[in-house]
Amino acid sequence: MDDLFSNFDLVLKAFGLTLGLFAVSGIASLLLGTLLAAMRVGPVSVLAKAAGFYVTVVRNTPLLMIFIFMAVALPRLGITFKSVENISAGDVEVSSFFFRSCVALSLYTAAFVCEALRSGINAVPLGQAEAARAVGLPFTGVMTQVVLPLAIRAAVPPLASVQIALAKNTSVAAAFGIFEAAARMKFFTNRSASDELIFLTFAIGYVLIVEVVSLFSGLLERRWAVAR
Amino acid sequence: MSAGVLFDSPGPRTVARHRLYTALGALLVLGVLALVVWRLYDRGQFAYRLWEPFVTPSFVEAIFVDGLLKTLQMAALSILFAVVVGVLLGIGKLSEHRFVRWPSWAVVEFFRAVPVLLMMYFLFYAYGVGKEGIGPYWCVVIALTFYNGAVLAEILRAGVLAVPKGQSEAAYALGMRKSQVMNIVLLPQAVKIMLPSIISQCVVALKDTSLGFAIGAPGLTFIGKQIYGEFQNQVQAAMVVTAIYILVNLLLTWVATWAQRRYVGERSILDPGVSALHPGGARPA
Repeated sequence: MDDLFSNFDLVLKAFGLTLGLFAVSGIASLLLGTLLAAMRVGPVSVLAKAAGFYVTVVRNTPLLMIFIFMAVALPRLGITFKSVENISAGDVEVSSFFFRSCVALSLYTAAFVCEALRSGINAVPLGQAEAARAVGLPFTGVMTQVVLPLAIRAAVPPLASVQIALAKNTSVAAAFGIFEAAARMKFFTNRSASDELIFLTFAIGYVLIVEVVSLFSGLLERRWAVAR
Repeated sequence: MSAGVLFDSPGPRTVARHRLYTALGALLVLGVLALVVWRLYDRGQFAYRLWEPFVTPSFVEAIFVDGLLKTLQMAALSILFAVVVGVLLGIGKLSEHRFVRWPSWAVVEFFRAVPVLLMMYFLFYAYGVGKEGIGPYWCVVIALTFYNGAVLAEILRAGVLAVPKGQSEAAYALGMRKSQVMNIVLLPQAVKIMLPSIISQCVVALKDTSLGFAIGAPGLTFIGKQIYGEFQNQVQAAMVVTAIYILVNLLLTWVATWAQRRYVGERSILDPGVSALHPGGARPA
């Protein structure tokens, strides 16, 4: 236990990495998921089918297998993501491990984001769009003034649970060479005896992250609540 | 594409434009596919040597017996235990006694928020290793039991609350006690509503068993690793193992949909009599 508290900066650093993975893949998965949802509900059937196929495949694949594809299979095809190590943002150096973990997490989470957004669109009553067309709004007007605002509000709760799942899923990167919180806990339990307290310390860190995200989504939900 | 909430029925000009988009979209999809296939071909990944283990009977047997069967076993065991844990915690959360309700709430929130892999690492390095250790297999099962138990507790609570209020009121009016109302009236109906959720939770459990890879637990992913370790066919092994996961999960999803239709119906079939008496009457969400 002393070991844990005298090296508490390592714990904080590990959670920093967890939050970094969460933030980067959270934003990337939202962008990719929005693109997929647009393809999925759009009028072009080929793209809708392609997006549907992607969602079905990814949702039924374990995240660990996606990590294996990224970290073990792709290097056999000569894709190692090593080139990202030449990029540096300020004094932060991008590692290929971090990058491919983010790619795996984003590809996985995007499928769930797509489903959350689609459920939001499905929750918009048809009468709303019909009324918008009846008052003469053009397509972009119907979309930006009526349908999307309603759809995005309805999608907030499922999107929040997708992002909470992502925050927890960042732990899978521990098995692929990233010293984020789960890997750091493994490191400490291997070194000292009081495993239960170490586990609790790290678990509380995750509980905090999850609670903050759900608090934020609760606020957003209340602020955006619409009368139906 | 039927005219839904997003689009009006397309006119002739829009139909023509959509045709163009379809052609472009098809080209894009084909292009991506061609790129993948070309890359695989370019790196010699279609060589028979690399695919051979997956048509060799002894390896196929290993994949299904030591891999898929172990994975299914772990998932089934953990769901079985999780249903027990979930029922206990779910009823605990519904309890009228604060000293039961709050601890149940805290336990559920804790295990829902902690990553399964963190639990697996902890269980494995605290109790799993060594001669007297419980081994990675049980670490996976126990970690998944707690996580899925917490999720199922929430589902059970929602299920019990979804039973129309008139049911418990009628039971109390008949003179039943609290435990009788729960056991005889509410739980049987709630379980019916929960059944599809339990089965879709099986998909989650099945996917999460693969995390046992990190602590060396048996299962499909582990067999996949052994095969690519021996034959250096990482791409092929990952593809085959993923395909098996997807097929099994699709099968489970299909069963969940069937159970939903069979036992729950399009709308709740819980109160045919009540809704006939009070059309549009109060129905708890």
